Amino acid sequence: MNLSDYTVTRTSPAARAAAALGAIVLIALIAAPWWAGRADMRLMSELFLYLALASLWNLMAGYAGLVSVGQQAYVGFGGYMLFALTIFGGLHPIAAIVVAGLLGALIAIPAAVLIFRLRGAYFAIGTWVVAEVFRLSFAQVSALGGGSGSSLPVGIVKSLASGRSARESLSYWLALGSAVLVIAAVYLFLRSRRGLALTAIRDNELAAGSLGIDIWRTKFAVYVVTAALTSLAGALIFLQKLRISPDAAFSVNDWTAFVIFIVVIGGIGTIEGPIIGTLIFFLLRETLADLGTIYLMVLGVVAIVVMLKAPKGVWGLIRARFDLQLFPLGYRVVRHISKKDT
Amino acid sequence: MEWLNALVQGTLLGGLYALFAAGLSLIFGVMRLVNIAHGDLIVLAAYLGLTVTSAIGLHPVVAMVLVVPAMAMIGYALQRGLLNQTLGDDLLPPLLVTFGLSVILQNGLLEVYSADPQKLSAPVLETASLPLGPITVGVLPVLTFAIAVAVIWGLQWTFYKTALGRAFRAVSDNQDIAQLMGLNKRHIFGLAMALALAVTAVAGILLGLRTSFDPASGGGRLIFGFEAVIIGGLGNLWGTLAGGVILGVAQTIGAKIDPGWQVLSGHIAFLVILAIRPQGLFPRMSG
Repeated sequence: MNLSDYTVTRTSPAARAAAALGAIVLIALIAAPWWAGRADMRLMSELFLYLALASLWNLMAGYAGLVSVGQQAYVGFGGYMLFALTIFGGLHPIAAIVVAGLLGALIAIPAAVLIFRLRGAYFAIGTWVVAEVFRLSFAQVSALGGGSGSSLPVGIVKSLASGRSARESLSYWLALGSAVLVIAAVYLFLRSRRGLALTAIRDNELAAGSLGIDIWRTKFAVYVVTAALTSLAGALIFLQKLRISPDAAFSVNDWTAFVIFIVVIGGIGTIEGPIIGTLIFFLLRETLADLGTIYLMVLGVVAIVVMLKAPKGVWGLIRARFDLQLFPLGYRVVRHISKKDT
Repeated sequence: MEWLNALVQGTLLGGLYALFAAGLSLIFGVMRLVNIAHGDLIVLAAYLGLTVTSAIGLHPVVAMVLVVPAMAMIGYALQRGLLNQTLGDDLLPPLLVTFGLSVILQNGLLEVYSADPQKLSAPVLETASLPLGPITVGVLPVLTFAIAVAVIWGLQWTFYKTALGRAFRAVSDNQDIAQLMGLNKRHIFGLAMALALAVTAVAGILLGLRTSFDPASGGGRLIFGFEAVIIGGLGNLWGTLAGGVILGVAQTIGAKIDPGWQVLSGHIAFLVILAIRPQGLFPRMSG
């Protein structure tokens, strides 16, 4: 037994295999415009955008302990900014999407300063108030159609790319790109120094504070970055829909309830959880959606049962059984089997 | 004079918001639970009132005799059967379970009663009014405000003058030591939720008499109640009444300026108070 027999590593064979498999799947998905039908591409775009929203909500609730039921504020804000910047600002849609993300961060700063005064569950309802303020404010803007909303003018849609199939491919790639961007950002952030600080805060806020971590600032940064990326995803969502109204843009069911169910069912506090949750959510939706309201009630019951019986979700069950981590965040000690031992 | 009118109407509206908030405040005080489904339970009570009035033909105010105990029983069962399992140091389970409950309730109501807006009708009460000096006030808003004051007085009395209230305060202070003194905290929590939903039932019926409601109107009611609690300060029921009144006045004055601004100006008043006095106006405990 010698200390030099051991090394500390982050990766594992499973993670390397997952990375290789992930790369192959990603290449296949990038090539989708050449093999998938129009309807499939639309469905996959929607799936990628939900994946982005779920990963972001998971970063806030699962890692930063910021449970928000008001992320629809930024989805709707991003959507409205896309419309406003292209219609009145004359920006190219892609430029408008990027600017929408930046503006989302900007507006999140005062919102965070206010609602960070509320603790725990009251913070959650505070985020909802912010979303309501956004909804009611945009309903007052008559230039954007007031309460009934407006459509994206044909000229702007056409400026995205020439030809219908080119436009559809581009908007598909943007959705895929946003999901990849969000997951990569969350992964790299959690592996960084700040990510470690965040995990420490999640595990024990008091202990983290005593080690010199600035809790407020770390959570604030997470909230603002999440708001920026959520606004970006929101702009993309409404680029797909081509029509926006206050009720659709700031819908608590569409942009928060579903996202929470995805994360809870998949496994909160893991990067893999939202991915699994999104796949389960779309599978359920495609098979049970005809049931309408019953489907939503089933989803609610499933989420409650998962929260009570398996609080780490489906991925938590898999991880407990097989000790897998496809996105390696922690460190593990590995023993080398050197020649003289054997 | 119009402004005085807005002030009085807003104050009376505040009584209804205080009733939305009282149940929320009570369960937070006893078990630190924030119930996201609170608004949907208010709407459920309004629908129960609708069923009772249309099935038996009772006057909505009299229907409370049935709806209040029914909601109290639902509350006790909900707490013992589901919500007690979520309580603990972790914030996430109660929040997400009540959120799931909210979605289930909304869609269940949609399934049973459809999305059409409904209203409880009480032909004489709805339109009756009283001259009050230079202005006229509706009998229903005055009755609502009087009920709100009576309910809050009753809750206050229960909390500080009865054995049940002593048990509530004991589990609120320290659950483990209360257990050692022979209190069953699961039962006490059940009773607290029963009392909270009894108040919610009153609020739901009065809501249904005042405006139309549909299965989706729960979220808005939760937010109004929550704002009243935070404005008034945590753990102070009379403060909650004051918070409801401030919210109601902000809304009627906003509506006076521009009808589209009614709800928005209530939210803005809330955010302003959060900015200058985050602990609320009359706090009794820290969040």
